Amino acid sequence: MLELRNVTAGYGAFTALWDVSLDVAAGEAVAVVGPNGAGKTTLLRVISGMIAPRAGALTFEGASLTGRPAYEVVAHGIAHVPEGRRIFPMLTVADNLKMGAYLKVARRAYAESLERVFALFPVLSERRRQRAGSLSGGEQQMLAVGRALMSRPRLVLLDEPSMGLAPVMVLRLFDLIRRVREEGYTILIVEQNVRQVLKLVDRAYLLEAGHLKMEGRAEALAEQDFVRKAYVGL
Amino acid sequence: MSAGRVGVGVLLAALVAAPFVPMGGMRQYIFHVLIQIFVWSFIGGAWALMGRFGLVSLGHGAFLGLGAYTTTLLWNFFGLTPWLGALVAVVLTAALAVIVAYPCSRFQVIGHYFGLVTLAVGEVVRLLIIAERDWTGGSLGLTVRPAGADSLVAVQFADKRVFYYAALVLWALGLWVWHRVDRSMARSAMEAIGEDETAAASVGIHVTRFKIAITVLSAVLTAVGGIAYAQYIAYVNPDTLAGIGVSLRIVFAVVLGGMYALLGPTVGTALTIALAEVLRVVFGITYVGMAETIYGLLLIVFIIFLPSGIYGSVRDLLRRRPRSQPAAPVTA
Ligand SMILES: Nc1ncnc2c1ncn2[C@@H]1O[C@H](COP(=O)(O)OP(=O)(O)OP(=O)(O)O)[C@@H](O)[C@H]1O
Ligand SMILES: [Mg+2]
Repeated sequence: MLELRNVTAGYGAFTALWDVSLDVAAGEAVAVVGPNGAGKTTLLRVISGMIAPRAGALTFEGASLTGRPAYEVVAHGIAHVPEGRRIFPMLTVADNLKMGAYLKVARRAYAESLERVFALFPVLSERRRQRAGSLSGGEQQMLAVGRALMSRPRLVLLDEPSMGLAPVMVLRLFDLIRRVREEGYTILIVEQNVRQVLKLVDRAYLLEAGHLKMEGRAEALAEQDFVRKAYVGL
Repeated sequence: MSAGRVGVGVLLAALVAAPFVPMGGMRQYIFHVLIQIFVWSFIGGAWALMGRFGLVSLGHGAFLGLGAYTTTLLWNFFGLTPWLGALVAVVLTAALAVIVAYPCSRFQVIGHYFGLVTLAVGEVVRLLIIAERDWTGGSLGLTVRPAGADSLVAVQFADKRVFYYAALVLWALGLWVWHRVDRSMARSAMEAIGEDETAAASVGIHVTRFKIAITVLSAVLTAVGGIAYAQYIAYVNPDTLAGIGVSLRIVFAVVLGGMYALLGPTVGTALTIALAEVLRVVFGITYVGMAETIYGLLLIVFIIFLPSGIYGSVRDLLRRRPRSQPAAPVTA
């Protein structure tokens, strides 16, 4: 479904990703883990078109998306939940979700998408008139995911959804992401919470200082070793 | 709602009929003040098209000056009618707006930094006008070459009533544009961009395109306002039509009235002009800096206590009342 071939990318003269190749098959859930500054966020930004790769190719469902801008990538069916719950704090929950269905195709299916999102996250339905900025951290993260689903994606990119959440909330959020997955969405998730995320995904990649170092099926990865590397980056 | 409609109707009828009301010796003065209010409200509204979405420009004088000087120079030196001159001015202003907006959008120059960039642009235009003194008259300004008699081609009329109606139409046009933007998808897109550009891009909004479009619209309308003002005063000056001074005065008025409401810029502009007139009458010209000082103080008070402006706050208050929200749900 998604293929990255030898992607190199960075900011200005700085290179954050070196020669990265990665695949995600339809229906799969895949994780990318790695220490701080490894380039995980950069990787998702390249896929969603927020930054253009310097070299390499990006293909989604057979169509080349290399260097395509974000608004086109969304239209192709990739939704990005950016790092740090980037909701629109002054808008209501309902308006945030409406903005998620900004593109024409998504707008047409607005009512149906909204129903699906509310079924997944009933709390958003209860809070729909509330200003998004006044939601709790966990609720904001649900809103960020819900908003992404409103664009009717087939692939969802999640950037550290558990960041800054209390441990109980992290477990609940992972449960919800599991349900999102069961709804048939393909998921590429970046996480620091390696132990939890390995229970959620089928496969995982280890990214270190811009290089992919390890790849394998979640259950096959020697957990201790993998987790240690993801944190320490040895 | 219908009471509001009636109120608006009565006000409009009064504005249209005003020139036929006998006013004696005050006539010229009253029209002069009203024309100023209409034109500067229009300009304030144009500014607020950007300001309300977080694109706070501190250099709208650049567009004002570019518009006014382009038409005036074309008329004075080449005899080109201001109607066509305005067309040229609009094209030039749009180009300048793109030159400012594109790099700012590409390199995510937002917030305070955007304000500083625009501030510089406003000053550059003012300094260019002063530097090109052979054409522009430098800091002394330039008188619009008189056509001799009333002339539609030259857009010069002895009777203030003509300008009064023109200014009224311009003002109404500004409100209409605001209304259209308010009702459009562009508004949601711009609001999203104003809140968080990354998030806006992630839902598929073409951030750069919207920012450039709204900047061009705002700049072009501002230029039209500058042209109208120059035609009315028949004199252009780099300090009244470009640079920091006028740029900030536009911002003051809009912030005072409220930039999120249709009539906010109008209320703010009317108040600042009225205030300036009162101060002028009360203090005479001995306290030249008085008006600016009072504006400055008012502005600080407003930004702190009434962030949505006088008009915006009153309107919110009126809107909230009918629903009479219960206080905190302690009893439940
Ligand atoms: N906008 C930027 N401009 C310049 N350098 C950046 C920018 N964003 C990230 N970087 C650099 O790129 C490298 C990779 O950053 P990235 O955000 O992709 O890491 P990450 O793996 O997501 O880290 P974290 O786990 O802390 O979120 C870092 O060294 C970082 O300093
Ligand atoms: Mg990151």
